[in-house]
Formats: sequence, structure tokens, C-alpha cells
Amino acid sequence: MPVPMAPLARKNRPLVLGIAAVALALGAASAALAQRDPAYAAARAAGQVGEKTDGYLGYPSPPPPALRSMVEDLNIKRRAVYSEKAQAAGATIEEYAFTSGCRLITQTAPGEKYEGPGGNWLTRSSAPPQRDGRCP
Amino acid sequence: MMRSELTRSVPAATTLPMRKLHETPGSGWRAVRAAMMLVAGSLMLSGCISVNAPDKPIVIELNINIKQEVIYRLSADAANTIDKHPEIF
Repeated sequence: MPVPMAPLARKNRPLVLGIAAVALALGAASAALAQRDPAYAAARAAGQVGEKTDGYLGYPSPPPPALRSMVEDLNIKRRAVYSEKAQAAGATIEEYAFTSGCRLITQTAPGEKYEGPGGNWLTRSSAPPQRDGRCP
Repeated sequence: MMRSELTRSVPAATTLPMRKLHETPGSGWRAVRAAMMLVAGSLMLSGCISVNAPDKPIVIELNINIKQEVIYRLSADAANTIDKHPEIF
């Protein structure tokens, strides 16, 4: 079986590379389209806001009032999205939010803050983040 | 004569002479069994006593009811949702 499979894979290599290139381009495009508010992006980078395990944003340090209102607004919007999607998926808001939290913690950039499995705030390094044991 | 002799000489199984034949080994087994029961009982009792409360405080995790299988089922959907709402994530 490996004998006929190998030439097939070789023949498809340009196609595979093409798909990979398109996927990369799409990823870059979606990243460029990300309309994260500059103040929010700055607060994340500064570690004033972090991703919690429950799928919402939290404060590793006491936030200034302006930051608090912005983050609360984002959390309300997040909850609305979680609620809608959870209902469609036949799950609870908490389940959907927690699953999103697993993903959001993985997506944090080095230097950003996230909540560890023990509830403590951690700073993301280049290594994979410490997540809840149930995260996929 | 013979009839009365027969009825008198065959004792019922419950009479003392019959029981006496098996009394000695029987009582020995009963003693062994009793001892075993006592040992087993004391072992169970000591087993029960050795179950101690954890020395760390019991933490009630509110997320404990979120099952891993549910998270796995929702994972792809959640990833898609996050990608579609970049302004809030």
C-alpha cells in the first residue's frame, strides 16, 4: 500500500501547498480585519485585561474606570454571543463560554494575561498556556 | 422382642449420642469461623476508622458540572464564533 500512496502524495504536493498558502492568506486577512478597539488591544498588551477560564475578560489588577466600562461592555457582548450560540448548539451559556475560554486562552499572545486553572493570573509566554484539564 | 429392640437401638439423628460423634470437630470449626469473623470485623472497623477527612479545605468548583465531552462537542463551534466576532474577543 505505501508504494502507490507515495507517488499520489507527491503528485498532490503542489495542490496541498496551494491550499496551505490560501489558508495562510485567509488567516492573515482575517487577522488584518480584526477590529479590536485600539484601547482594548493596548489594555490587553499592557496586561490590564486578561482572559479568564470562564470565557470572559477579567482584571489582573484594579482597572481604571474607563477601562472597566469598556471591558464590561465587551463581556456583555460576549455573553450575548455565547447565549445565542449555546442555544443553537443545545448547550448552556456557561458550557459554551467555558469552551470559548479554552480557545481564547490558547489564542493569547505572549505578554498577555490569562487565568490559570488554579484561578491565578499568569502571563502568556511563547510556551503553550496552562489550561483547565478539560480543555481540548 | 426384635421389633422393640430395633426401635430402641436406632436413635434419631437429633439424639445426644449421634450429635456427640460430630460435636468435637464441629465446635472446632465454629471456633475458627468465629475467630475469622472477629478478625474480618476488626479489619473492617479499622478500615472505616482510617478513612480520614482530607487535610486540605474542600474546594467546591463551580465549573465541575461542565463535562469534558460537552466541551469537545462545542469546541469547533466556539472557535468559529470567536473568529467571526474579532471585535469582542
